[in-house]
Amino acid sequence: MSFLPYVIAAWLLLVGLYGVVSSTNLIRTVLSLTIVQSSTYLVLLGVGYRTGGKAPIVADIPTSSKLVDPVVQVLVLTDVVIEATVTALLLALVVQAHKRFGSIRPADLRALRD
Amino acid sequence: MSRRARLAMFAIAGPGLAVVMLIGMHGMPAFGHYHGVYGLLIDKIEVPERHATDLVTALNFDIRAFDTLGEEFILFASVAGVALLLRKLRHERQARRRRGIEDHSFAGASAGLQVASLYLIPLLIALGCYIVVHGALTPGGGFQGGIVLAAGPLAILLAGRYFAMKRLAPEWMLEASEAIGAAGYALIGVAGLIIAGVYLKNFLPLGTPAMLLSAGMMPINSVAVGLEVTGAFLVVWTEFLDQELFVERDGGDN
Repeated sequence: MSFLPYVIAAWLLLVGLYGVVSSTNLIRTVLSLTIVQSSTYLVLLGVGYRTGGKAPIVADIPTSSKLVDPVVQVLVLTDVVIEATVTALLLALVVQAHKRFGSIRPADLRALRD
Repeated sequence: MSRRARLAMFAIAGPGLAVVMLIGMHGMPAFGHYHGVYGLLIDKIEVPERHATDLVTALNFDIRAFDTLGEEFILFASVAGVALLLRKLRHERQARRRRGIEDHSFAGASAGLQVASLYLIPLLIALGCYIVVHGALTPGGGFQGGIVLAAGPLAILLAGRYFAMKRLAPEWMLEASEAIGAAGYALIGVAGLIIAGVYLKNFLPLGTPAMLLSAGMMPINSVAVGLEVTGAFLVVWTEFLDQELFVERDGGDN
């Protein structure tokens, strides 16, 4: 059981990738990508967890308490911000693709065909 | 590549990736058995050396402040990218304001929802400000509080009054807020370079831990980031909404 968070992260990554590969809708492709990215949160938080560790906020607990790693939490914060902006950027591309081709099916994007 | 070809490729590559990841996991420390030294060190030194009780914020705005600078400019660049992608194209023109759009640009905003969102606006703005300024003390900081602040004007949209939202938060103001936030953070770093000798190094008195004005430059950094995040997300949302509500295309497809 001690590897369960990592297994779930791997599962999320694969499910997200399957979503990207099988997608017939560009918005679904973008959402699948956010699922892929959410797997990184699990890996990071899983790596930094200590059994019985408290959240790294020492405002109301003694500073000698056992705490989880705050470094990975900062990385997750960065990750979330990047995910939000990248999603916005990709959705803007979808809007333009819809204007150009009148469709958000990847197969209808003529310029992307060989 | 056709969808079928892609799926066939994934049928081979997907399980392969799964196997590689399982092998990789085998070498990782078991969940709950943390072996990092850096995190343990941070847990010990943050309060005595930085006077911040939220270790995550202390890392974000002091120890890893330079990384946050990069993160801020990724945010800035992607918002600029969204604005650039959703610019007015050759075949498009600004739609004239249609009657009726003023009051209910989004059908379905009931009277109850409108009243509720009216109450929400001051609450969201107060909560956002609280989260931004208390970043060094309790969970929060510029990124988290900025999103809550950005949700304030968005509540007006929820009430179906997009134009009222645009009046309260016009685009020039949002862009200015974003730019001032991004530039402010970089300039605080320059102040550190001049006064303390190192870029982004703390140069303010640390104060008493767990007081509002403590932890040196962290509250100021937090406010700068909060300004940028608020502006950035509102710019993104208005860009998308403008596409839906205003952009009309001259006849003909493509």
